[in-house]
Amino acid sequence: MKFTIQVNEGPYQHQSSDTAYQFAKAALEKGHEIFRVFFYHDGVNNATRLTTPPQDDRNVVNRWSELAKEHNLDLVVCVAAAQRRGIADKDEAQRNGKDADNLADGFRISGLGQLIEGGIQSDRLVVFGD
Amino acid sequence: MSESKKFLYVNRKAPYGTVYALESLEVVLIGAAFEQDVQLLFVDDGVFQIVKGQDTKGIEMKNFSPTYSALGDYEVTKMYVSKESLEERGLTVDDLMPLTYEDEDDDWAEKDSIILVNKDEIAALMEEQDVVLSF
Repeated sequence: MKFTIQVNEGPYQHQSSDTAYQFAKAALEKGHEIFRVFFYHDGVNNATRLTTPPQDDRNVVNRWSELAKEHNLDLVVCVAAAQRRGIADKDEAQRNGKDADNLADGFRISGLGQLIEGGIQSDRLVVFGD
Repeated sequence: MSESKKFLYVNRKAPYGTVYALESLEVVLIGAAFEQDVQLLFVDDGVFQIVKGQDTKGIEMKNFSPTYSALGDYEVTKMYVSKESLEERGLTVDDLMPLTYEDEDDDWAEKDSIILVNKDEIAALMEEQDVVLSF
């Protein structure tokens, strides 16, 4: 089955990103396809490489990056939600006149159309959030 | 895109206090360009999103409620509202904004977009969707 996953909450405050990650991993292990993971609302905060959790805690951001690398996942961060919350890649930072960027490896910034397309192209769209 | 799916946006949160309602509306507006069969459902505190006479000056937030009135022009013509959620909050349909659309198949007659539904009807509505996005 082909899945699109939507993550609506930030890391650490909520468990949704953890659950979405575990769902994605389990689905891939069972041979399912992940068409896309879309990060929306505070979910865009899962994409900052500046995240520095204590050493004995899981690194939510790196975990997504590693899963993306391993399975060639498409991790998409909503541009409008990202701009509001200060998540930027090099191009976005430059476009908006910011002095830094923080997008983690394996993520890309794009528009809400990517979420709708995920809904159209996938057998199931699964939403993780409050 | 030739394939058309039934999309239901489930709005469950109050319009202010969290950003879910505003950002849900942004998805609906972008999604409208994809020519899918779109429905909105307002349930729980989500019914407050379409209450008329919203004034946000005191909280210094943008009042985005006029946007719901424009959805008819984006061919979003079905806005389901939970009867129980209205009743639980002491609201009636008269407390809601008049949301309408012009029916191109009926000489552009102005029609109500709001459809009141009970819990069983909501369950049936969800059952018939291809994609349910909840906010």
